[in-house]
Amino acid sequence: MTTLVGRPGPDERPPGTAGMQPPSSTSGLLEVFRRRYLLRLLVKRELSARYQGSFLGMVWSYIQPLVRFLLYYFVIGQIIGMGDVVENFAVHVFTAMVFVNYFTESFTAGTRSIVRNSSIIKKMAVPREMFPTASMIVSAYHTVPGMVILLGACLFVGWSPDPVGFAAGLLGFLIFTVLGTALALLFSAANVFARDFSNVVQTLNQFVQFSVPMIYPYSLVQDKFAEFAPYYLLNPLASAVLLMQRCFWLPTTDDPAASAITEMPDHLFTIGFAHLGGALVVLVIAQLVFIRLEKKFPERL
Amino acid sequence: MTKSIVVDHVSKRFTMRYHRTIKQMSIAKIRGQDLTDTFLALDDVSFEVEQGESIGLMGLNGSGKSTLLKLINGVMRPDSGQVLTRGRIAGLIATGTGFHPQLTGRENIVLNAAILGMTDKETKARFDEIIDFADIGKFIDTPVGHYSSGMSSRLGFAVAVNTNSDIFLVDEVLAVGDKPFKKKCMAKMQEIRASGRTLFYVSHAAGSVRKMCDRVIVLEKGRKVFDGETDAGIKFLHYEDTEDDVNSEQEEDEELGSDV
Repeated sequence: MTTLVGRPGPDERPPGTAGMQPPSSTSGLLEVFRRRYLLRLLVKRELSARYQGSFLGMVWSYIQPLVRFLLYYFVIGQIIGMGDVVENFAVHVFTAMVFVNYFTESFTAGTRSIVRNSSIIKKMAVPREMFPTASMIVSAYHTVPGMVILLGACLFVGWSPDPVGFAAGLLGFLIFTVLGTALALLFSAANVFARDFSNVVQTLNQFVQFSVPMIYPYSLVQDKFAEFAPYYLLNPLASAVLLMQRCFWLPTTDDPAASAITEMPDHLFTIGFAHLGGALVVLVIAQLVFIRLEKKFPERL
Repeated sequence: MTKSIVVDHVSKRFTMRYHRTIKQMSIAKIRGQDLTDTFLALDDVSFEVEQGESIGLMGLNGSGKSTLLKLINGVMRPDSGQVLTRGRIAGLIATGTGFHPQLTGRENIVLNAAILGMTDKETKARFDEIIDFADIGKFIDTPVGHYSSGMSSRLGFAVAVNTNSDIFLVDEVLAVGDKPFKKKCMAKMQEIRASGRTLFYVSHAAGSVRKMCDRVIVLEKGRKVFDGETDAGIKFLHYEDTEDDVNSEQEEDEELGSDV
């Protein structure tokens, strides 16, 4: 059976080339990237709709992280004194925060995306994976200003970037993206059946903040847990954040080579690739579950 | 002749849930009430439509017409059997359209056209036509959520009718329009029919079905009970009693307005 790209109309295809096919046939996420024009429109729409009716608009997606950053910096860094333990504590916190925020935002917004677009989903045949994917891309957009600020901060305190660091950053970003998309897909479908799931996601996100080396360094985990430290690294988000720290924070320390030994776990890349592989498996599972649940969307929305 | 729509032994069952929270569910369980019930909306329906045919789908409320339309347009998938279609499908399912309430009419046109599979170029080429047809003036730049039901179905019809499609589905949308708009829609649908697109028209209005369709399918409680000649189909439903003079424009209009 031939797969048509978003079903070309009678004028755009050679005569007699349209085959018979089920009107609802889609190839899941692959279809989403085949219909880039529609995806672009949805992303634009979501960018304008997310903060519609608020005066500050997009600014809100910076105010919240900024407030949280200042809180952590003063309470954890200054009052509890973590700032004396961790070199460039502000950069350490901010690096983790930018990317954790990317993950939690695509997870939360993605989870709500199907229910929020129910008016379209109930009436029109459209690959439903579009909506969580669009949410993820919107969150990626929102990460850009944070990254610009982060780069500025790194350069300010003295950054000596290295190719290995960039590779680590890329790997970490991929883990966040793949895992965020997979979980958004899974939970957006579940949320149709019970709106409890968007609350579950918020609860999970609370946990994320503290389960990664953000307000404390990885070396502290190693000190306290000793031989149990590797279990901490079973969390893909923890290793993804570590990869990000390897990219941005580590090269700002006085002696990156020495810090790499004390602050980073052994085999960081092996762990990272294993998590990326795991995230891809979760993505495939999420897609399969989504296809199963999707059939009931129109009647349950 | 090439086939345009094939509906092959299609069934669709809906699950109705009476209780939503755990508290309600446990109370119902204690009282021995049913937690869910199923309902067969379509029961082993089969038919084929040739390219260029125009079909009138009739039946009482709740007979499964809209469900069948949703299966053909691809919003729903059958539980058993299969639906096959050829080419692009445009149209309207029930009076609510696939519009996003927060977006303006203009933005919705672009989004709706993209969902139907139109490219940027195609949409631009047809944009003015769509706006002219909808004729809702300055409301085109306000969010669709603020539209009256008439306005949003005007816009929906305008998009659907101006989409380059092979199959065109219409579901009772004319019922909310005013008289001049209904006339305009009927004329446009005749045009579509003449252009060789497959037309699938759901209506209770015997007069307009008679004018528009060469074949009638009647559903009753999810089963296909009639498939054949338009006049015989209307007779089958006993809808002809209400209509003495088919050519009376006046009567047809009244009838169109009375079926919601």
